[in-house]
Amino acid sequence: MESIIIVLVGILTSVAIYLLLSKNLIRIILGTAILSHAVHLLILTMGGLKSGTVPLLGENAERYIDALPQALILTAIVISFAVTAFILVLAYRVYQEYGTDRMDELRGSNDEQ
Amino acid sequence: MLLFYILFPLFVALGITIVSSKIRREFLGWIAFSVPVVLFALFARHIPTISSSEAIRTTFSWIPSYGIDLTFLLDGLSLIFVLLITGVGALVILYSIYYLSSKDSFAHFYTYLLLFMTAMLGVVLSDNIIVLYVFWEFTSISSFLLIAFWFHRKNSRNGAIKSLLITMSGGFTMLAGFLMLHVMTDSFSLRVILAELPQLTDHTLFYPAMALLLIGAFTKSAQFPFHIWLPDAMEAPTPVSAYLHSATMVKAGIYLIARFTPGFGGDVYWFWVITCVGLVTLFWGSFNAVRQNDLKALLAFSTISQLGLIMTLLGIGSAGINPAIGEAKGLYTFALFTALFHLVNHSTFKGSLFMVVGIVDHQVGTRDLRRLGGLMRFLPFTFLLAMIGSFAMAGLPFFNGFLSKEMFLTAVLSIGDLPIYGGAQVGWLLVLVAWLASVFTFVYSMILVFRTFTGRPIVDEEYKVPQEASLGMLIPPGILGVLAIGLFFFPNLLSDYLLKPAVEVLVEDGAALAPKIYAWHGFNTELFLTLGIITLGIVAYLLLRKWRPYYQYIPSNWTFNTLFRSTLSGYERLGERVTMRYMNGNLPSYFLYIFSFFIIVMWTTWWIVGPINVTFDSPSSMTVYEGLLAVVMAAAAIAILFAHSRLTAILLNGVLGFSIAIFFVFFRAPDLALTQLVIEAVTTILFLVCFNYLPEWKVEKLSITKKVRNGLIAIAGGLTVTIVGLAVNNYTKFESISSFYENSYELAGGRNIVNAILGDFRAFDTMLEGLVLFIAGIGVFTLIRMRQKKGAEPRENQ
Amino acid sequence: MKINDVILKTVVKGVVLIILTFSIYLFLSGHHTPGGGFIGGLVMASAFVLLFLTYDVETVSEGIPISFKKMSAVGVLISVSSATAPIFWGEPFLSQNFGYFDLPIFGKTELATVTIFEAGIALTVVGVVVNIILSISEGSNKWKA
Repeated sequence: MESIIIVLVGILTSVAIYLLLSKNLIRIILGTAILSHAVHLLILTMGGLKSGTVPLLGENAERYIDALPQALILTAIVISFAVTAFILVLAYRVYQEYGTDRMDELRGSNDEQ
Repeated sequence: MLLFYILFPLFVALGITIVSSKIRREFLGWIAFSVPVVLFALFARHIPTISSSEAIRTTFSWIPSYGIDLTFLLDGLSLIFVLLITGVGALVILYSIYYLSSKDSFAHFYTYLLLFMTAMLGVVLSDNIIVLYVFWEFTSISSFLLIAFWFHRKNSRNGAIKSLLITMSGGFTMLAGFLMLHVMTDSFSLRVILAELPQLTDHTLFYPAMALLLIGAFTKSAQFPFHIWLPDAMEAPTPVSAYLHSATMVKAGIYLIARFTPGFGGDVYWFWVITCVGLVTLFWGSFNAVRQNDLKALLAFSTISQLGLIMTLLGIGSAGINPAIGEAKGLYTFALFTALFHLVNHSTFKGSLFMVVGIVDHQVGTRDLRRLGGLMRFLPFTFLLAMIGSFAMAGLPFFNGFLSKEMFLTAVLSIGDLPIYGGAQVGWLLVLVAWLASVFTFVYSMILVFRTFTGRPIVDEEYKVPQEASLGMLIPPGILGVLAIGLFFFPNLLSDYLLKPAVEVLVEDGAALAPKIYAWHGFNTELFLTLGIITLGIVAYLLLRKWRPYYQYIPSNWTFNTLFRSTLSGYERLGERVTMRYMNGNLPSYFLYIFSFFIIVMWTTWWIVGPINVTFDSPSSMTVYEGLLAVVMAAAAIAILFAHSRLTAILLNGVLGFSIAIFFVFFRAPDLALTQLVIEAVTTILFLVCFNYLPEWKVEKLSITKKVRNGLIAIAGGLTVTIVGLAVNNYTKFESISSFYENSYELAGGRNIVNAILGDFRAFDTMLEGLVLFIAGIGVFTLIRMRQKKGAEPRENQ
Repeated sequence: MKINDVILKTVVKGVVLIILTFSIYLFLSGHHTPGGGFIGGLVMASAFVLLFLTYDVETVSEGIPISFKKMSAVGVLISVSSATAPIFWGEPFLSQNFGYFDLPIFGKTELATVTIFEAGIALTVVGVVVNIILSISEGSNKWKA
């Protein structure tokens, strides 16, 4: 299972990088979202998959799954949501102000300094 | 208890910001005024305890795992400073209530001022050097805010930035010094460090730590050549200048050096560096004060010079710590004693002078000496106060300055008798410098009072006829003036209760060795030197018109100010040139750098390290559903690349998100699954709402080469991540730390381990995460609302 | 364009109540079973977002006169101050405590300071998420027109 997930993570990363390298703002935002998905899966896999039962002590199990990656991912999910929301709004405001969402047209100008 | 003393101003400051819109502005001033008054009374209650050479200590644990505790210590040395901070603070706030105009924001002013008070109390009361450093930087920040209080003026902003840059860089060097001290003694506690330092003189870090510490102290106390920020800081409102830039904050450096005297004192470099820097500052400050036309600039240079004087005394006094000093120990303890005595004196007369200048500025509308004169008849009381302050500063009898100036001369003369360090050879030179500086001091003191208040009254059409200031503005300098005279007649009262306990902290048996202060000690060298100063000073003042023009022959662009400015702009230009090389403003290029760098670094590492072990071993089994889900995800991800409409793309992204949620279920992470489900839903909604206002995406028109290049980088990146993942997957060199968290029920009372980690074991992450979320929320909100502000009047560059 | 959304509106009225109840359940049960501040907050936020999507912003703001901006600020304040509070009892920053008490109706109950901290987090999450969605739709009303 682990190796399959890791390969999946690789595919997701490739897609994310390709999207990040494009010129369109929404593609870039999608890229960051996918990249964070990939990273979450990777972290979870690194902690070991299905090596125990759910990390609830009420289960009275012999072995629990590693809870630390889960806690880290939980934090990461919420933060990546905040980041996505922020860039989305940034994109939308940029489009309102400059009338474009293409990165090569949004390079700033020297007279702004 | 001390912690509450320190935090009390901060709490009131918070309260002020909350109620500021509800109550009358003068009221805010009175609320703020009550803080230092109460604190002064509370601290004064401890005088009897402290004067019997005891110390009060309180400890709170802050980061116990690093040994950083909030330990506060009130001893003789701190007591002088806290009484100055709260005493002068009370007077300054009282004065400011009448000084500020109706256009100024009282709430901001008093919030910053109280913030400063907390910071400054923290500096002088902390026993832990890291805590001390934090408070130290807080004083810089609040000073920055206060200098830039009239932020619509360009000079204020520049002065604020300059002072921040200089004092902060000094703070950083000091921090480095502190860390070295920690390495040397393995402790963050001042007490422990001071006790161990004298045994560590052979340590490699001894001199580096000393040098870094001194730079921190010198920048804060505006010592040559770091003094350049203080004149520019005079853009602050006058009460601030009187408080921060003369009575308290600039004395933090003095405090630091006094505090470390028991540790470093007795070292030859410590002695010479501080003494010489102090003397140069003393001379340079008074020399430059004479040429100033702005009254506040004159006071700024005079402050620099007086700080130099105190520094010199601390330098000389440090010789008393050296065990080789023998019989002469008393003589050098005398210098330390004088330093503390002058510290108090300086605060009284300089504080009152700043307030006097503030009154002149407030009532007349200018503080340019060329446009002032003959104010005596309009402002008689102010004139009286100015006279008291200036004569005390000049060192004339019947004022406290006379006593400490005489004692200063005694101390400088004693360098010639120094049995160690080779002081005897150069002693006469130091006396000469000190004497010359005193002559200049006398001259500028006279300029301050007589050029402003006597002579031909200049009443231009554009000025209103000046009127005497209100009582509220006269009382604070009046109190300080009375103190300046009172300390001349009863100096030993101060000495017994405050100075001796403080000297005891600095030197062993300090209290016993401290002198009794006499105004008259017969016809000795000091008296003749003073007479010489007064005679030459009067002559020089009367002939001022003859020799003052020669100042203009000093090349104006060979100053440290120019050096500072050119260094700063040089850095800016260099930075810009370097940055412009690769920052082309195109986001995809930046991503290109980042990913290429990542890939290159990883592959180079592998190339150097040698082959790594990549296996496809999987300890856990796989069911059909899981396999299918993985295929679905891969397909959805790849399909996004070819999506023709953004709606498709978003839905595919949703597929990814929900699939991951299902994976979380498979992988026994119920909390994650729940969160992921909700977040995915909200994110999708967010995208859809935003799409209303964003253009439909067009198919990207990229050249084939670019597409291939991007594709190659993407594939290489994915491959790299996969290899790293596979290599790490079966790598178990050490025990996982996670079993610790399985005690969550005993340790945190929760059966859900994930939540116990979030809320208890690693709650710091969670707290900061809440903050990040909050900041993102504010960011979104401001981005949307930004437009509204665009029409607002620009307040810049007035 | 006017869509007939009577069914949606009617269903949402009931569903929102269920979601809100569920969110509070999740929040409280987080100590021992899946749930907790984040999830509870997120679920509650999604209930509000559902309301805003179904009805328009004005109607809902009239019915629920809460400033979500302030809510997020209060949340941060609660969690930071509950983190700072232990210092005054001589405990390290962010120490949490728990104990068991006999309450009249609930019997033996565990009360933990974590709950205060988590409540702060939950409020922050609700405030921020709803605020983001609201800001966007509000902004558009104002500038797009």
